[in-house]
Amino acid sequence: MKKIIISLLSLCLLTFAVSAQDHDDHSGDATEEHHESGDHHAEGDHHEGGCHCHDASEDEFDPGETAFHHIMDVNAFHLYGDIYIPLPCILYAPEHGWSFFLSSKFELHEHGDGHKAIDGYVMHHGEVMRVQDQSFPKGEVAVKCFGSTHEGDKEIFQVIYEGDCYNLDKKSTWDGGMLGGGITSYYDFSITKNVFTMLLALFLLFFMFRRVAKAYTTRKGEAPKGIQSLIEPIFVFMRDEVAIPFLGPKYEKYLPFLMSIFFFILGLNLIGQIPFFPGSGNVTGNLAVTMVLALFAFFVTNLSGNKHYWEHIFWMPGVPAWVKTILTPVEVMGLIIKPLTLMLRLFANITAGHIVIIIFVSLIFVFGQAGESIGGSVLGGFIAVPLTLFMMAIELLVAFIQAFVFCILTASYIGAAIEDHHHEAEHH
Amino acid sequence: MTDLLFLADFSVIRPEPGLFVWTVLIFSVFWWLMAKYAFKPIQQALKAREDDIQNSLDEAKRAREEMANLNAENEKLLAQASEERAKILKEAKEAKQAIIAEAKEKAKEEAKKIVANAKNDIENLRMAAVTDLKNQVGNISIEIAEKILREQLKGDAAKEGYVKSLVDEIKLN
Repeated sequence: MKKIIISLLSLCLLTFAVSAQDHDDHSGDATEEHHESGDHHAEGDHHEGGCHCHDASEDEFDPGETAFHHIMDVNAFHLYGDIYIPLPCILYAPEHGWSFFLSSKFELHEHGDGHKAIDGYVMHHGEVMRVQDQSFPKGEVAVKCFGSTHEGDKEIFQVIYEGDCYNLDKKSTWDGGMLGGGITSYYDFSITKNVFTMLLALFLLFFMFRRVAKAYTTRKGEAPKGIQSLIEPIFVFMRDEVAIPFLGPKYEKYLPFLMSIFFFILGLNLIGQIPFFPGSGNVTGNLAVTMVLALFAFFVTNLSGNKHYWEHIFWMPGVPAWVKTILTPVEVMGLIIKPLTLMLRLFANITAGHIVIIIFVSLIFVFGQAGESIGGSVLGGFIAVPLTLFMMAIELLVAFIQAFVFCILTASYIGAAIEDHHHEAEHH
Repeated sequence: MTDLLFLADFSVIRPEPGLFVWTVLIFSVFWWLMAKYAFKPIQQALKAREDDIQNSLDEAKRAREEMANLNAENEKLLAQASEERAKILKEAKEAKQAIIAEAKEKAKEEAKKIVANAKNDIENLRMAAVTDLKNQVGNISIEIAEKILREQLKGDAAKEGYVKSLVDEIKLN
């Protein structure tokens, strides 16, 4: 019940924040389009008047935008103020080839903007972007600032270099242009914040579990102790309540996969809950990550599917032929929909959790008018702190629940694929 | 329109190839590493321990059953033993009586035998005594006869000589 109230409350706040942001964008649109009429880089007509730096300090505080910046994947780990932990950039542009360098080379300052351009790459909002224009100088050059323009519905970021505006490409994405991305002039294979967090989770979990596994040999015949007694109940619970009931006697073959899924998601969810370095990465709230996990679940399920499983999908026994013509397409769609729901559920839950917490923290700045009103800030703090605290507790629960749900559903899909239908065969 | 603008900022929904590739790589490594060095050994150890516990429980149950069996057997043995004892006692009693009866019989027979022997002896002795008596009587009669004869023959040397020769003749015999 409480969760429902909180969800509704956060939903209201979220809608409020998003609509507020839309308002800003609209007002921004109008002014920018005024300024930029007649200025198009492609026409080679650069005049200083058309290019203007986007001054973040003049912006009104926008919780929605702040939230979106916090949940996105970036190429440098923000510590505090202007201090960033550099991450390796591995970039590939088909026309230029590979570029490798540390993101510190961009000389980051406020809001994740870089002072330097390297081989036509710049950093804006912590994200590497690429200058579309091939005439932009290669190597290391200093850039002035960043701005943006609009082409139709799309906001295009610009870099201002020597008084000229250059449109920027974002990295390629696989959404086919439907979600504002698409294949652009380069690919980003960098160790981003998310990749870094995944590697961290990998090492942390591996060393933790290695210790646990070793404890079973060094302390053989003794009661579990320390970290071993933390992991063991979770492990046994997942095995006895998830793997064995769904997979039956063949559960041991799939146990490592299910455990990997569970602990990988759980580890990433929990690291994401830490609000500062090395946490805060919204890894399981990124569609690419959940897509990979769902694809693993899809392949493990369908590669272990037996004859009965495929028979039930393509030619359901015991139903009239005309029903089969309806049932088969539904079942085939189900093959895709199952991992799709896995992917979206995890993504939506974790992203929503991150957004809600950031929105709650943002209340301080909303009430305080971005630091102008101390009284407002204090009031906002009194509202925001308990709400955030409560939300973080809920998110802690969600971290476990989502890992568990992903795992139990994967187990049920695999279980359906490997189940023996002897008992049913007897009925027909 | 506004929806698209909203999504334009919402970058996490756009799957990036770079992150995709890294996730595939990292999760594959994670899966392999954890399966080999953590999950399989832990599962083995847990299974071994559970088997161990189950075995111990089974063992204890078996021991308890054995104990109960043993107790029952003991009681049975005890009952058997007491029965045996009663039987033995009864047999012993019977044996005793039989022995006593036999002994009595034997004693009776012995007594009879002794009595018979005694009778025999007495008879023999009597016979001996009678014989002895007869002999004595004979001797006495002879002595008397001798004395009588001697008296009668006194003074009659011739007769005496004759008797002497007769006696000598007898002695020679």
